[in-house]
Amino acid sequence: MTKTITRTIVVEDLRKNYGELAAVDGVSFSVADGEFFGILGPNGAGKTTTLELIEGLRKPDGGRVSLLGENPWPRNAALLPRMGVQLQANSFFEKLTAREQLETFASLYGIGPAVAAEMLELVGLTDKADTREDKLSGGQRQRLSIACALVHQPDVVFLDEPTAALDPQARRNLWDVLRAIQGEGRTIVYTTHYLDEAEALCDRVAIMDHGRILALDAPATLVRGLDAPTQVSLLHGALTIADAGALPGADEVTDDGVTITIATRNPTPLLAALADRGALDGLSVRRATLEDVFLQLTGREYRA
Amino acid sequence: MTMTPSSGRGAATATPPTRSDTAPTAGANAFVSLSKAMFRGFFRDRVAVFFTFLFPLMFLVVFGLLFKDDSGGTVRIGVVGDGPVISALPADAVETQRYDTLDAALVDVRSGDLPAVVAEQGDQVTLRYAASDAATSATVRGLIAGVVSEVNLRATGQPPRVQLAADQVEDSSLNAIQYITPGLLSWSVATSAVFGSALTLVSWRRRQVLRRLRLSPVSPMTVLTSRLGVAFVVALLQAAVFVVLGVTPLFGLQLSGMWWLSIPLLAVGTLAFFAIGMLAGSFAKTEEAASAIANLVVLPMAFLSGTFFPIDSAPTWLKLVSNAFPLRHLNDGMLDVMVRGQGVGALVTPVAVLLGFTVVVGALAAFLFSWDDG
Repeated sequence: MTKTITRTIVVEDLRKNYGELAAVDGVSFSVADGEFFGILGPNGAGKTTTLELIEGLRKPDGGRVSLLGENPWPRNAALLPRMGVQLQANSFFEKLTAREQLETFASLYGIGPAVAAEMLELVGLTDKADTREDKLSGGQRQRLSIACALVHQPDVVFLDEPTAALDPQARRNLWDVLRAIQGEGRTIVYTTHYLDEAEALCDRVAIMDHGRILALDAPATLVRGLDAPTQVSLLHGALTIADAGALPGADEVTDDGVTITIATRNPTPLLAALADRGALDGLSVRRATLEDVFLQLTGREYRA
Repeated sequence: MTMTPSSGRGAATATPPTRSDTAPTAGANAFVSLSKAMFRGFFRDRVAVFFTFLFPLMFLVVFGLLFKDDSGGTVRIGVVGDGPVISALPADAVETQRYDTLDAALVDVRSGDLPAVVAEQGDQVTLRYAASDAATSATVRGLIAGVVSEVNLRATGQPPRVQLAADQVEDSSLNAIQYITPGLLSWSVATSAVFGSALTLVSWRRRQVLRRLRLSPVSPMTVLTSRLGVAFVVALLQAAVFVVLGVTPLFGLQLSGMWWLSIPLLAVGTLAFFAIGMLAGSFAKTEEAASAIANLVVLPMAFLSGTFFPIDSAPTWLKLVSNAFPLRHLNDGMLDVMVRGQGVGALVTPVAVLLGFTVVVGALAAFLFSWDDG
């Protein structure tokens, strides 16, 4: 490391307009060194444009970006070796195998071909080394794409919707890869429209909608700040509505004929009481999520 | 190199790999490996290989073999009866077809199947020819008249007073293969340069490879020159395939002693058409559109530049217009050095025109260039 930077990214009042549309409308945040930072929101929220402005792919119409202490616009050759970028479309060379893609990208940074094997191992594609990019599955392509962004050991990694359009299993596999990258001490900035995923992965998240940041904090803090009740669900018939309503900590009880759900802001005595009664069959506890945060912030259901 | 040495790697993998190798010459390394990547991509694309190498060869086979014997050599003449004149018809110029009666032969002449018929009975020789084809009938009349005079002279027993010495001269109107090969080669080199650069540009823009390259420390010049290098090599391979096949006895191409001048000429031609492809690729948003534009540019140019057939007989205004096409100049230059044996002087005009095109079109393409669709 050439020098220690505590804040990898500083963004101040960033703006970008496309005609009448303010795609990014006064966004400010900073990302600490080694942080896993998520930008989330529905499609069209301005996530990708924000990322492109930080990467130096677009010129801001207003505001300021500092990446690793430098201005990324115009194309800043000093920054490029220190940042790794995975773009939304998988940008691969035609008809090359996974290993050849990595070797080619490595060479752009003056790195020899031996790194390819290392990267394939990191993303679990060693057995696909000689498979052409177009013959890989969606999840494998995403992992290869991330590996291509990491060949030169960048300090900061930008991932634009790396888990979009993946099946649940492939998403989980990718999560492990992303955690491993953060484990190496790299700063990760990533966009997603999966709120559950951001909650599982990110140190802090910025929730965006219509080009603005609505909330920015650790996922758990955002959820806690919501003061939303925990939902405790049991099989229908495990308790009567009256019995459930009399339990300690129960605020509200609903029964839809399949499940009886008890809303509580104080789950500990409620769960203890249920355990005493031996009424834990089919129990599930759902605390508030980022989706509830989004609902509260925007007044509408979250739709990816 | 601002590379981080191994930094706590190994959280995800069983054996922590180590940062092993870093090459010092990033630029040269990137040039070589980008070229390698594009070569691999090209040769693994069967369609591209077909249209670059086999498709033009199909034209060579068709034109080269179809017109092989069509050097205005023989005339078919119907013959009726026999005698000294008919036996003296030169076999290398006349193909005879025997009829039983003059009337039967005349039926074929009238229907246009036979250009002429000669009937010989005793001392009487009758020649009837089709009125439609003035050139052929003149040939036939001259030929038969010559043979008749010769027979008459021989009958007098006198030595000829005037001797005719006839020998053929290699003229500038070439036979088919000599004409077709440089033209088809120019055309196919132009086509693959235009298509290659246009499709690479569009596909890289669409697949965001361009953005990815922009975000890496490789210079745009390295990317451009490596792609250009690939185009040069493809052009030279095309030329090699054409010439190697052309000089076989089947086609009978004869290279002039100055054929090697075609190599720098092809390189300049590739440069000019590469620039045209970059311009097409700057306009087109999709590969399909890029192909359409490239076709629209190259095909009419090929027909009007004398690629497939000489345009000597075209109207004057068309010949003037064709001078505006870079392919016309590449074509002329290739003909001059490959088969007509002209020297460096013959390259001056084509090279100047092609370089001029490169500069103008290339500047326009650079002006219109964009890294992404957005």
